[in-house]
Amino acid sequence: MIHSLFLISNAGDLFLEKHWKSVISRSVCDYFFEAREKAVEPDNVPPVIRTPHHYLINIYQFKKLMFLFSKLGVCFIVDVLYRMCDYFGECSETTIKDNVVIVYELLEEMLDNGFPLATESNILKELIRPPTILRSMVNTITGSSNVGETLPTGQLSTIPWRRAGVKYTSNEAYFDVVEEIDAILDKSGTAVFAEIQGVIDACVKLSGMPDLTLSFMNPRLLDDVSFHPCVRYKRWESERVISFIPPDGNFQLMSYHISAQNLVAIPVYVKQNISFFETGSSGRLDITVGPKQTMGKTLECLVVTVHMPKVVLSANLSATQGTYNYDPVTKILVWDIGKLNPQKLPNLKGSLSLQSGAPKPEENPSLNIDLKIQQLAISGLKVNRLDVYGEKYKPFKGVKYVTKAGKFQVRT
Amino acid sequence: MSASSAFSDEKGGSASEPEYGHDPASGGIFSSDYKRHDDLKEMLDSNKDSLKLEAMKRIVAMIARGKNASDLFPAVVKNVACKNIEVKKLVYVYLVRYAEEQQDLALLSISTFQRGLKDPNQLIRASALRVLSSIRVTIIVPIMMLAIKEAASDMSPYVRKTAAHAIPKLHSLDPEQKDQLIEVIEKLLADKTTLVAGSVVMAFEEVCPDRIDLIHKNYRKLCNLLIDVEEWGQVVIINMLTRYARTQFLNPNVNESLLEESSEKAFYASDDEEDEDKKAEVTTLEKRKPYVMDPDHRLLLRNTKPLLQSRNAAVVMAVAQLYFHLAPKAEVGIIAKALGMFEPYLKSFYIRSTDPTQIKILKLEVLTNLANEANISTILREFQTYIKSMDKDFVAASIQAIGRCATNIGEVRDTCLNGLVQLLSNRDELVVAESVVVIKKLLQMQPEQHSDIIKHMAKLIDNIQVPMARASILWLIGEYCEHVPKIAPDVLRKMAKSFTNEEDIVKLQIINLAAKLYLTNSKQTKLLTQYVLNLAKYDQNYDIRDRARFIRQLIVPTDKSGALNKYAKKLFLALKPAPVLESPFKDRDHFQLGSLSHLLNAKAAGYQELPDWPESAPDPSVRNVEVKDSIPDWSKCSSRKDRKEKKVEKPFYSDSEGESGPTESADSGNCGESSASGSDESGSGSESEESREETESEEEEEDEEEEKKKRKKLDKTKAKKQAEESAERCAIHTIHQIRTIAPSGSIKMYELLHRITGEGLAVEYCFSRQPFSPDPNMVAVQIQFTNNTNSETKNLHIEDPRLQSGMRIREFAEIGLQPTGESVTVVMGIDFCDSTQAANFQLCTHTRKFFVSIQPPVGELMTPTFLTENNFKKEQGKLMGMNEILEKLTLGEKCVNEHVIVERVTATANLSRVPCGSDKECRFAGKTVSSGCLVLVTVTTKEGGGAQLTVNCEKMVIGTMLVKDILQALSQ
Repeated sequence: MIHSLFLISNAGDLFLEKHWKSVISRSVCDYFFEAREKAVEPDNVPPVIRTPHHYLINIYQFKKLMFLFSKLGVCFIVDVLYRMCDYFGECSETTIKDNVVIVYELLEEMLDNGFPLATESNILKELIRPPTILRSMVNTITGSSNVGETLPTGQLSTIPWRRAGVKYTSNEAYFDVVEEIDAILDKSGTAVFAEIQGVIDACVKLSGMPDLTLSFMNPRLLDDVSFHPCVRYKRWESERVISFIPPDGNFQLMSYHISAQNLVAIPVYVKQNISFFETGSSGRLDITVGPKQTMGKTLECLVVTVHMPKVVLSANLSATQGTYNYDPVTKILVWDIGKLNPQKLPNLKGSLSLQSGAPKPEENPSLNIDLKIQQLAISGLKVNRLDVYGEKYKPFKGVKYVTKAGKFQVRT
Repeated sequence: MSASSAFSDEKGGSASEPEYGHDPASGGIFSSDYKRHDDLKEMLDSNKDSLKLEAMKRIVAMIARGKNASDLFPAVVKNVACKNIEVKKLVYVYLVRYAEEQQDLALLSISTFQRGLKDPNQLIRASALRVLSSIRVTIIVPIMMLAIKEAASDMSPYVRKTAAHAIPKLHSLDPEQKDQLIEVIEKLLADKTTLVAGSVVMAFEEVCPDRIDLIHKNYRKLCNLLIDVEEWGQVVIINMLTRYARTQFLNPNVNESLLEESSEKAFYASDDEEDEDKKAEVTTLEKRKPYVMDPDHRLLLRNTKPLLQSRNAAVVMAVAQLYFHLAPKAEVGIIAKALGMFEPYLKSFYIRSTDPTQIKILKLEVLTNLANEANISTILREFQTYIKSMDKDFVAASIQAIGRCATNIGEVRDTCLNGLVQLLSNRDELVVAESVVVIKKLLQMQPEQHSDIIKHMAKLIDNIQVPMARASILWLIGEYCEHVPKIAPDVLRKMAKSFTNEEDIVKLQIINLAAKLYLTNSKQTKLLTQYVLNLAKYDQNYDIRDRARFIRQLIVPTDKSGALNKYAKKLFLALKPAPVLESPFKDRDHFQLGSLSHLLNAKAAGYQELPDWPESAPDPSVRNVEVKDSIPDWSKCSSRKDRKEKKVEKPFYSDSEGESGPTESADSGNCGESSASGSDESGSGSESEESREETESEEEEEDEEEEKKKRKKLDKTKAKKQAEESAERCAIHTIHQIRTIAPSGSIKMYELLHRITGEGLAVEYCFSRQPFSPDPNMVAVQIQFTNNTNSETKNLHIEDPRLQSGMRIREFAEIGLQPTGESVTVVMGIDFCDSTQAANFQLCTHTRKFFVSIQPPVGELMTPTFLTENNFKKEQGKLMGMNEILEKLTLGEKCVNEHVIVERVTATANLSRVPCGSDKECRFAGKTVSSGCLVLVTVTTKEGGGAQLTVNCEKMVIGTMLVKDILQALSQ
């Protein structure tokens, strides 16, 4: 099981350690640093590193943190790690450093002897209340504490994700259907591969013990789904409705996957021409982005990212819309377009200068596209209705749809 | 010093010490630590909790950053009895961290924990046990043992869970306690709460994984409550059960060819949960085949299947490996969707340039394994784009993948080879080198046809610098020198010139080439060979010197050379078997899927080998749990047990505030072991109910089955009689309706509450098809209660209806008293809003509540209307187009005449017959109860048993469902 945890920042700064069994010297991390050195990119560090006495299992999150474990591990350790990240949300090195005591207490509660004890964030929030400015002020004045004195009620029930005695003056249930298009387009712009990864995030603030049923207009679309433990599998199997007693607050209700077999609409097309000249150590770049199957919605937050070959020193470009930035160290060109105007398609054009004397790059770099479409689930998934049982009140209900580009790559 | 300033001071301090991450012991930090420690001690000694808290926070922050705070131990340990719970918790954190180093001082705190173990608050009891068991001090082993034993029989399941967690801790501290600990594990394994299950199985796996015998009695229970265990517990339990199953059941794939069809059937049967079918299936199998899957094996497979939908990847992985290792081949496919393992998901493995290298390599492996004749062209096209990648390791792997595809699939070998040859002109040397190596392997399979490629490669030797590639080319030329008789000696000439500058592997191949040419073409190459061998003789590397000496002796005939000389040519130019291009991921399948060892392809410490299937099945009866003898006794006994359990639970629940919600499931009326919550939650009580019965008391189930059959038979005979006695609606009762007013003949009884679930109270209902007088928009449902218990049932009423919006319910008047053995019939009204959605409500007696639901067949949602033939035609004319559904059918054998058709249709739907002139046509009319929409049904018979069914209804959903039901009724 999990023996120890070390958090390491991107700069190689080991800023937190926690041991669940006997203490392991932090020198064990040297093996990790060695591997990190070899891997160049932090993504490429092998997930498991063997050392004479321990196994180091590491994940890389938020572009900032390295989580690192040691000793006898099973594959599920990785999952425990991701769950920890869940609780902290988008956390950075600084937030952890500022709240180091709370983080430490949390880690203590989450695992006992290296085995998960309580990972449900609702329970953890009852055991150790997350810090807020208001609460820390109240605490200094009244001397009360952040630590719960009684066992969270959820721990004992068969629905550990929900605490008892929830009360709200206005009852609300909001659902966000977020779909990400993973696609690979080839040179000519046709999709080599496209699929949709969807999640339904929920923000449910309902009093008491509501029992919700969410149904879709077209549930047949979904064939590969995974659920929050609160969802009743059997109801889904038999009726294709999602029936659940929700956790309190924010949680991910389900995730689904619509595979390449179904037709996935590609909302954007890219015309590109990147070429490097044999002589003169220079190259040319010309990219135009336009709308394709957008279902009548506007494309927003459009960003094109290009990982340039190592020999590209600088870029001298002009954009008809948005701003571009080339980082000569990471060799990443980012063109932030913003909202797409179908009448006037944005274009980025100009020259690239290469390291003199170096051979011209063998391959053209591929483009990564980022975009967002509000009020549209590209798969066509629609929520039909939400029914609340078990409670008398009429809650506010709402569904929001967003489509984003996931790993959306254009080969050149 | 105020608290806040102290804190900011601390933060500032850390910011100005960027180097602490690398060297915690560096002088500067140490001295400042010492200074600070003095005021920390002062703060800890003060009377104010706020100061203590501040001090403890700073100390814990130090621990978190890996700084040494052990010298504060005496000051901290004093505060272990502090009233402030936050201070206390932080002191615990500190203790656990340093107790091992300061054993004597740590003992001072033990008495506090012992007191804590007796605290009325379960959280305090549990955390006292947690800390006590985490203090790694051997002197307190007896105290820990005692505490664990006591906690194992604590009232609170949370404390029992903590006890389970403490077991491996004590075991690692003092392995000699193993025997006693196993006793505790045995006790906790019998625990019925889901909370404890995962933790105790974890303890079992750590302490005594070989004691499989402890699992027998708990096997079925673990399978059944698995779905309600928390995720991490599920992972541990599934892994343990995988191992268990491998020791207890037979290999389902033992007789593969025979099995294929049978296992598939079994699989579908289980899907339908048609236990009756399955039984029959199993018995027929038994006669035919030697292998029958143990029902317990099936139970495990069935109960883990829904977990494939878990959000937790570890759970999904655990189930996948379970199916991989335990399921019959035909069923392994179900994990494919969740994992995306097979061909239809090919494109999901296409590689992006931004994937990390190890992912790329894995995806490539999958793609290569998926390649077959049908998809190879797509895959090759995809591979071609990979070759252009900037990631050179990945390019090399791609080229190897192409090579493997080429060897596996004969048809594309030439295409691949041509593609690879094109790569030889690639600008990147690594690409060329890798291609050469792969081409060499491919050529070895059929060298005759490819002498031009060999020539092409011979030319490359001038440009390629990568040693491995040069060596490969030289080997090729040497091996196939007969195909390139003119070029080969020239290559040798060039190589002789550059010999001294070559890498060792190249030198060895030059010698090799020279030797082969000497043997085949000694006229041209004799001198060159001599020269090369001479150079090699004085090489720095002794391998090369050795090789040169060896070759010279072998090929150059001298007086001393032995008998081998004659065979030199045979030795060197023997036909060599083509190499097999292997997956780098081969050979790891003997490790359990998903284990760390599998990932590393090496046995990790603590890896437990998955046992092989046994030759013959061990006694399956070991898993039998005591069956209670007679039925009424059983239900009574279990209800008593239930009550007792509740009594025990009361105090601990009351201790934690507000438990209203969670207990709901305990009340749901399933008195069975623990699956209560499961069935309630899954929303289909009857289903899991059935499976539970099956495992708990086989006898009981058979009993029931028989009864069902009887009832069915009775129904059938009834139907026959009716056919004979034509439309005369006589009252025939099923055995259960003896004391009720007879509803009209064709009325079917449905079960609302089985007498086992209802603890003696049996409830059945039927749609009486009479208008419900209090509200004409409601469907009348007649409910019959039979009290089979030994005591009176009081205050029977309905509570808490959960209805789809728009639906309404009109409850029956409360039944005050129902004596033993009596049956009572009441009528209630439900407005189903013309939908077949179930109406859910609770049936309450004075002691218990049962969740029940009534779901109407579509035919019961209507009421007959009288129409004349003309009216019928007029109305039908209005309901054309989308509102009309036409369906052709073949009438069943028994639908010989009009009577039977009328009888079947009216039995299916509550409609009245419309007079009709033609004897080929039967017409029926009715309207829906709730909204009064017309429903018109026409059955037109044709010669030879054919018929056409027409349904006209404004509500298309109703129409569609009705067509389905009538079709079924008529074609039987």
